[in-house]
Amino acid sequence: MLGQFLSHPPVELGPIGPELVLAGAGVLVLLGGALVRRRQPRALLLASLAGLTGAAVVSVSLWRWRGHATVLGGMVQADRFAVVARLILLGVAALALVLGHHYFERLGEERPEFYPLVLFTTLGMTLITAAADLILVFLALEILSLSLYVLTALSRRLAAVEGSMKYFLLGAFSSAFFLYGVAMAYGATGSTHLSTIARSLAGQTGNQALALAAVALLVIGFGFKVAAVPFHMWTPDVYQGAPTAVTAYMSAATKVAAFAAFLRVLMTSFQPLTWDWTPIVWGLAVATMIVGSVLAIAQTDIKRMLAYSSIAHAGFVLVGVSAATQEGIQSALFYLLAYAATILGAFGVVMLASGRGEEHTSLGSYAGLCRRSPLLAGLMSLFLLSMAGIPPTAGFIAKVNVFRAAVDAGHWGVALVGVLASVVAAFFYIRVMVLMYMQEPLEDVEPDPSIVPRLAVAVPALLTLLFGVFPGLVLGLLERASVLRW
Amino acid sequence: MAADWIVFWVCAPISIGSAIAMLLQRNAVHAALFLIVNLFTVAVLYLVLGAPFLFAVQIIVYAGAIMVLFLFVIMLLGVDREERLVERLRGQRTAAILLGLGVVGEVVFAIRAGVGFSTRAPAGFGAANGGGNPQALGRLLFRAYFLPFEVTSILLMVAAVAAMVLARRRERPVASAERRAQEPIEPSEPSEPSEPREEEPVG
Amino acid sequence: MIRLPLVLFFSAVLFSAGVYGVLARRNAVLVLMSIELMLNAVNVNLIAFSQALHDLTGQAFALFVIAVAAAEVGIGLAIVILIYRNRETINIDEVNLLKW
Repeated sequence: MLGQFLSHPPVELGPIGPELVLAGAGVLVLLGGALVRRRQPRALLLASLAGLTGAAVVSVSLWRWRGHATVLGGMVQADRFAVVARLILLGVAALALVLGHHYFERLGEERPEFYPLVLFTTLGMTLITAAADLILVFLALEILSLSLYVLTALSRRLAAVEGSMKYFLLGAFSSAFFLYGVAMAYGATGSTHLSTIARSLAGQTGNQALALAAVALLVIGFGFKVAAVPFHMWTPDVYQGAPTAVTAYMSAATKVAAFAAFLRVLMTSFQPLTWDWTPIVWGLAVATMIVGSVLAIAQTDIKRMLAYSSIAHAGFVLVGVSAATQEGIQSALFYLLAYAATILGAFGVVMLASGRGEEHTSLGSYAGLCRRSPLLAGLMSLFLLSMAGIPPTAGFIAKVNVFRAAVDAGHWGVALVGVLASVVAAFFYIRVMVLMYMQEPLEDVEPDPSIVPRLAVAVPALLTLLFGVFPGLVLGLLERASVLRW
Repeated sequence: MAADWIVFWVCAPISIGSAIAMLLQRNAVHAALFLIVNLFTVAVLYLVLGAPFLFAVQIIVYAGAIMVLFLFVIMLLGVDREERLVERLRGQRTAAILLGLGVVGEVVFAIRAGVGFSTRAPAGFGAANGGGNPQALGRLLFRAYFLPFEVTSILLMVAAVAAMVLARRRERPVASAERRAQEPIEPSEPSEPSEPREEEPVG
Repeated sequence: MIRLPLVLFFSAVLFSAGVYGVLARRNAVLVLMSIELMLNAVNVNLIAFSQALHDLTGQAFALFVIAVAAAEVGIGLAIVILIYRNRETINIDEVNLLKW
């Protein structure tokens, strides 16, 4: 009986290997933090990093996966797109763990639950990049969202708790829309498998009107998660309220995971409706780029400014998505990679430059940063240049690729708006640099002198430069990863 | 088939009525009770729609556990005072009504445009339910859907850990002088017992 | 058997009632209850489709949705308690320390 159960359906656990490793590591770290009498945050950190490394090794081995394209009852997709997205996510998680460890240590708070929660969030994120069934997409989305609500409230500052509540209420609201979309897709095609939905819609056997409603509702759901205008209201408050290390993590990782799932759902199951959803994504991209860039100018707090900047970046990724071609997928992946490195590093610098906790995050306290810490000022300038899309950085290559994909797909207008938005955006990035280099210090904030978190910030800085100067290093890999199998 | 029809037309209006009553109710406890009515009538509709197992689950989990948790928290916080229904953000209510009507309109349009449902192989629901609805669901869950099932267990574990982390009373600060610099987050609450309370999610 | 469009319409009405509740109510607990209403409406949808398509996937999905709803309520109420301990209010307008 048991043998019969195990042999049917064939169980190929390989493609969820990274998730299994992460789940195991998460449970171990959780138990370690709860049961060991004398808590050693450092040991928890090392164990978590070991888990992430293990997951990364398993992910890399999946690059040459020769088994079925979808395994475990059609639930999980084993393609290179998932491998690349997972590796980005695991790297972000590792750096964020180092930053967060330092953040709470410096604050003198014991937060043993930080490590397992980051591991579980990462599990949800990596799972969503490989999910080939809308049920699994939904469950993974919930895992990552629920953990993020808690991570936001971890520091117990009032702003953090309120940000967490706002995030939770709006997040749950958007999940309900997402779910309604899934129900519509199921009703239209009789299945929740991405590939079956695509076949049904392509063969005109599905109900097109219900499928269109499904697309609209799913776009709303994903729009909330990637913080696209007009579903961006939560972003500034949550990013500002959350502990800076957590902000660094979620600003980088959530967007990568949500866009990976967004791309997969739109480009596989709703590919037959490409002509219908392209204008929606197009409109979202334009609104997001403009609103994000313009509102960022008005901000006086560096975390809020970076939050609006991350909204604007979501718009640029959407430009790549709206191309709806393989080139579009590739450019979106590269943009996400560059964006993840940049925003993680930028929030890392904010964490180090802002004194203990969240005391000095106003733009004014960045005046004269180069006097107090030339290294931090230099790193911050590099990240700001990359966000503005100025040459030798990865941000430049990323923007060029995204716009080229849009133009090749015939979307001249959206590329033009993108160029204009990046010009506007460059203004406020340069303004911060002027503050850092040209003005006298207003406040006497002692930047954090530790070495390890500096190294953790230096890694994304190096990557930003490396991908900016030698983009060929990854573009080839990304091209092979941008074929969505189904 | 007439029985189905009667049950639907009895339960659906009650369900919608209780939902609307919940939205217009000032008192949080009354609103929760209306939501329970709504959940019960929806459970009965599940029965009519051929999902007897979900009928039971709905009553046990939703109406039983989740709503008890809601009522517990409402009572605990003592927020059974009246809420002013006056809107604070101007135009928000109008926007809410418009958005709500928009959703209905969209769905109605989708349904109208899609008359003549393309049902797949009309094997009959009886065949899909072979051996009884709970048995068939169990087979589905533990074969085709065993990965989502396991993922759900991780989700519930995350929720349990998360709720405990959030609602746990803070241990005494290690270095109180350092914490003063930060915003004090836990005001002194002399009236509350100092026992740590754990919030357990149901499910 | 009840006609499918009728059930879909019914669940759309429930869902919109939930949307209205989330946007119009100011009490965090009531907002959470409205979200439950929305999830419930989706479940009705799934089960109705399940019957119309002669396929049990919809019912299995509804089960997952119920589990997720339970987890969501657990965390949501924990956050509400946390807010209340700090601010003595769960009115989401008064909690607006941060700008919308």
